Amino acid sequence: MYNTGNMVKELAEKHGRKRESLMPILQDIVRKHNYLTDDAMVAIASELDISAAEVYGTASFYTFLDTEERGKNIIRVCKTITCSMKGKNDILSTLEDILKIKVGETTPDKMFTLLETNCIGWCHKAPAILINDMPYTDLTPETVIDVVKGYMR
Amino acid sequence: MVTLKINEHEIKVAKGTTILDAAKTLSINIPTLCNHQDLCVAGNCRVCVVEQKGARTLVAACAMPVAEGMEILTNSLKVRNARKHIVELLLSEHRADCTKCYKNQKCELQTLANEYSFGEHIFLDLVEDHSYIIDRSSPSFLKDDSKCIRCQRCVRTCAQLQHVSAIAVANKGSHMKISSFHDRPMSHVVCTNCGQCVNRCPTGALTEKTYIDQVWDAIYDPDKHVVVQTAPAVRVALGEDLGFDPGERVTGKMVTALRQLGFDSVLDTDFTADLTIIEEGTELLTRLKKILVEGDNSLALPMFTSCSPGWIKFIEHKYPNMLPNLSTCKSPQQMFGALAKTFYAEKRKIDPSKIVSVSIMPCTAKKYEADRPEMRSSGYKDIDFVLTTRELAVMIKQAGINFMALEDDHYDSIMGTSTGAGVIFGATGGVMEAALRTAYEIVTGRPVPFKNLNIMPVRGMEGVKEATIKIEGTTEEWRFLEGAELKVAIAHGLVNANKIAKAVSTGKASYHFIEIMACPGGCLGGGGQPIPTNAAIRQKRMEAIYSEDMHMDLRKSHENPEIRAIYEEFLEKPNGHKSHKLLHTHYIKRESY
Repeated sequence: MYNTGNMVKELAEKHGRKRESLMPILQDIVRKHNYLTDDAMVAIASELDISAAEVYGTASFYTFLDTEERGKNIIRVCKTITCSMKGKNDILSTLEDILKIKVGETTPDKMFTLLETNCIGWCHKAPAILINDMPYTDLTPETVIDVVKGYMR
Repeated sequence: MVTLKINEHEIKVAKGTTILDAAKTLSINIPTLCNHQDLCVAGNCRVCVVEQKGARTLVAACAMPVAEGMEILTNSLKVRNARKHIVELLLSEHRADCTKCYKNQKCELQTLANEYSFGEHIFLDLVEDHSYIIDRSSPSFLKDDSKCIRCQRCVRTCAQLQHVSAIAVANKGSHMKISSFHDRPMSHVVCTNCGQCVNRCPTGALTEKTYIDQVWDAIYDPDKHVVVQTAPAVRVALGEDLGFDPGERVTGKMVTALRQLGFDSVLDTDFTADLTIIEEGTELLTRLKKILVEGDNSLALPMFTSCSPGWIKFIEHKYPNMLPNLSTCKSPQQMFGALAKTFYAEKRKIDPSKIVSVSIMPCTAKKYEADRPEMRSSGYKDIDFVLTTRELAVMIKQAGINFMALEDDHYDSIMGTSTGAGVIFGATGGVMEAALRTAYEIVTGRPVPFKNLNIMPVRGMEGVKEATIKIEGTTEEWRFLEGAELKVAIAHGLVNANKIAKAVSTGKASYHFIEIMACPGGCLGGGGQPIPTNAAIRQKRMEAIYSEDMHMDLRKSHENPEIRAIYEEFLEKPNGHKSHKLLHTHYIKRESY
């Protein structure tokens, strides 16, 4: 959990208080904190004079605007057909093993969240995962461990 | 004007008319599940698709404006097949437990399914693949997502008519649903329980929480004395569910029906509407005097009316800083409830614990209001059960009563006598008019200076109405108001209420007294009224209300003999000690989501 504080007010000053200001505000918060807290969404609603349900509705439409608590690093494993055929299941079970969580869960230390994603456009270098905004490709169960270890420090 | 052909018939309609409305002028019915006259065009359900000659695809009749030379077919093979598939697809995601459904035979989707008679050959039933939750948290209504077809009438209603948006569209694709903020229970969000969404839902996804069985149980319990009160707006709408055209006044028949159902005493909310006028009028005049003459800054002006529980919850959520501006008067329903188990019980020598107090309301928020913890000033739950107009119609049908053939009857006494001022509470502007009829007379000793007491500037369907009444010829006690101009405003529909509340809270408006009703048209357009409710029907109900007023012998609340009697025998004086205990209440600040 992070403290909303004056963040939403400052973002509203930056992006405006119109309906179309909603997306850039949501994106800025997620860029910084990885997910949207209820407090943040309520604060946005009040700044923009729209309802909190509308803010939640908009955020919940977009996979990358998370409304559930997420770890510092979000790992998204591509679940689409090419990655599946090239060994995505092995990658996923390796990640589950080393992080000791299942898909959709967050580690107790809030360092990692493990998710699946639809195609991220790296079919030619499958299997692929995204960690935050960085793609990692041509993975094997061995290399993915090294990749994740790089984020554990 | 635009000339077009629909099913080979040539017609001229105004530019901008939709194909759907143009077809109506030819009495051609194009089905729709998402379109509603009160709401903006959505084009969500696709059931209204028609063929436009020369167009590549079928077009949605609700969203497509007419164009010169257009040729439309509403019943071609292509249209029939497409429409059938669309309804089938909607059914594949709809939990069709029709015989057990509260909306059985009143469901627009069911009607279409019936028209297209699908038999066994429908698409896969996808409902079981989803884990649906029925939200029963509100005392007013149920939200059952397994029956939702995502037409979004409710979402548009909550946004456009009520400026609440307690619900919005969340998620996407097959996970798309109508959701409150982060899927919280409806009882824990900004929802005002107004029921306007319930009134517009084409399926059983949003229905009132019904208390019919509990009321039957009370009626059949020989130990219980069951009193029933009927709100002003019920009598001008109940007929619609029982065979009459909109606008029929069925007061007398309703009283007969209630008696035949077995209620022990058939009484009238209009009586406590009159009482509300005395209490609220006195409160307004007292506030004016304390602020203007005594310089008391602890009281707030303008004063808002407090009869509409949807409005109360709205202001508690959205403008908690203005709670001191609300009249402390309970609504007529709750005044009635508090008196039924005190004054009425004493007079009739009945143990109040044996009284079951039922109210028939045009409103779903009244169910919530009766459940508010502070509404127990009699020492018991003041109102036990609230039924909507629709639920009463169901009970009358269950009892096998031929409503249209009933003789008229009169309300029982005590707490059954009322005036025209009480009746007009059911229409927007009615509380204001009733209050002015009494307050003006208290201050000047003369009736309001309007022909036949009809204060026309406060009537009608305009969203926000304003009026100024000049006070002249005051009596000694009210000399400080001599020559003053009383500025009043009226809003109905929370989208309009919000405009006034915003103007007041930002200091841009200077009124003394403001009437607010949560529903469009006032109570006559309430969420518990017969379905459909739309502008034309609200207009008819409004005309019926004012005609009911004109037919009353007494038309000013302070002339109601039972009101005079209750002050002499029980309440002592308006805003007195007993009144404050039984007839007034307080409000609480609520969360903004």
